[in-house]
Amino acid sequence: MNYLDFEKPLAEIEGKAEELRALARGNTEMDVEAEAKALDKKAQDLLKDLYKSLTPWRKCQVARHPDRPHCRDYINALFTEYTPLAGDRNFADDHAVMGGLARFNDQPVVVIGHEKGNDTKSRIEHNFGMARPEGYRKAVRLMDMADRFGLPVITLVDTPGAYPGKGAEERGQSEAIARSTQKCLEIGVPLISVIIGEGGSGGAVAFATADQLAMLEHSIYSVISPEGCASILWKDAERMREAAEALRLTAQDLEKLGVCDRIIPEPMGGAQRDKAATIAAVGQAIDAMLRKHKDMDRKKLIAARRKKYLDLGAKGLAA
Amino acid sequence: MNWITNYVRPRINSIFSKRDMPENLWTKCDECGTMLFHRELSDNLNVCTNCDHHMVITPRERFNALFDGGIFTEVEVPKPIADPLQFRDQKRYPDRLKSAQKSTGETDAMLVAEGEMGRTPIVACAQDFSFMGGSMGMYVGNAIIAAAERAIKLKRPLILFSAAGGARMQEGILSLMQMPRTTVAVNLLKEANLPYIVVLTHPTTGGVTASYAMLGDVQIAEPNALICFAGPRVIEQTIREKLPEGFQRAEYLLDHGMLDRVTHRTALRDELVSILRMLMGMEPPIKGDLPAPDLTPASSKDVPETSETT
Repeated sequence: MNYLDFEKPLAEIEGKAEELRALARGNTEMDVEAEAKALDKKAQDLLKDLYKSLTPWRKCQVARHPDRPHCRDYINALFTEYTPLAGDRNFADDHAVMGGLARFNDQPVVVIGHEKGNDTKSRIEHNFGMARPEGYRKAVRLMDMADRFGLPVITLVDTPGAYPGKGAEERGQSEAIARSTQKCLEIGVPLISVIIGEGGSGGAVAFATADQLAMLEHSIYSVISPEGCASILWKDAERMREAAEALRLTAQDLEKLGVCDRIIPEPMGGAQRDKAATIAAVGQAIDAMLRKHKDMDRKKLIAARRKKYLDLGAKGLAA
Repeated sequence: MNWITNYVRPRINSIFSKRDMPENLWTKCDECGTMLFHRELSDNLNVCTNCDHHMVITPRERFNALFDGGIFTEVEVPKPIADPLQFRDQKRYPDRLKSAQKSTGETDAMLVAEGEMGRTPIVACAQDFSFMGGSMGMYVGNAIIAAAERAIKLKRPLILFSAAGGARMQEGILSLMQMPRTTVAVNLLKEANLPYIVVLTHPTTGGVTASYAMLGDVQIAEPNALICFAGPRVIEQTIREKLPEGFQRAEYLLDHGMLDRVTHRTALRDELVSILRMLMGMEPPIKGDLPAPDLTPASSKDVPETSETT
């Protein structure tokens, strides 16, 4: 279990309970269960207290928690017959973006998402979920396929942002993102998107421009990272708490602004504390969202998606 | 400066202020350091006469040179809600906005106009880097949508001059949402079969590059303009190595297949006229000084002119 800095007191209590139980295992005469249970209760209360009203910066930390379920976990649990399709047919296959054909409740769909990886080796392999142009071009290719064969598209967004590297720029990072966003707006099949962790700027927009956008309770979606914003506007990256506050990047604020259509509740203490429950909740949300578009025809879908974006933000936070 | 510049509205103001004696008759080129006489510089569209360095040009100056006789009509842009997030960093966002409005005399970072360029009817929009770094917020999004809608209504092509540091952080997610919003505008033009030409000027970066500025039918850049998604400093910090000379400059992008052309500012107008007239199926342009307006009717094949009367 990885603890976040604000969870430190919790780590101490849970650590103590764990220690007690370990001691008891070595010595069968000791009865520590009552004491351990009391500590458990204390930890549970503290957890509730901590997560009752997370500040925006803490939400960023939870959204980036390394133990959260990632794209691969969702695909494995919610989809059957997942058949990954690779490559952008131009240059390479980007491992930061996974996608392919699959069935969701037996219905064939195209699923695309950012994968961050969950240990050092896989994180490097997936480039920490930061896609290069190839990733976006692969997504465009898959969306085109979905469009031709009438398959709904489901995207799972979890990226710190598009990769800021030399090769990525050389190969047209900005053009690739622009084309992916454009494709999202052009396809005549339902496009459902879920932000499962971090929705980092343009790298997220390229997948999250959808008919319906759901966000997990502690996920974020922002034009810039709080650290980046703080270093530009406050000239001090350490002021990220204030920046996170000002940017209104939480699912709750984004719902008020009309950007997020649905919030998916997370288990107490965040998605990382109960992966299975989180994944199941996301599955239910996707199912409900897909149902809404069952009989929509192509033209109506595209027109409604366009209108959604043209009308967006007309009211501000007062909405 | 005299009293009139303070009391007359910006548009009227700009007519008068031209006659003003500038406080400084000389401008130093930020590239080669040559002192340039202001009139010579503005006649050359703010391009250094010594080293060809392209300096900043305001949308109004650009439109004055772009449209025939400097005559254009501004297209009205719907005003978005002010300060949607109640954003505050070291300054309040409305205060930053006000001071930018005061120093530039413009409403926001994008100017939209319609008129004729080399007898070719167009709609044009130009981004203003001097207005909060040209940053893309809801107003800029509205401006591009208004420009596209106007172009479609008049069946004219749209030319967009981009210049921006990226999205406007003070509008948070709503600035990011201008990426899909402006892309909808581009798609509307595409569907109406109207040319959309992007001229990328120094600098065009971030979310602006990753949306409308990279989706043109023809992509032209001014020489040496910085065009990128992630800025050079961010990349250097990420990969911890020095970037090559000219990285992410217009010529570099041209070499990497990301642009159609790199064109000198003084040659841009003729090139745009030529390209647009071909794409619109119009007769070849008349080069040089235009004669008095041709009054012979009907024989002309100019599509937009006839379509306007129908």
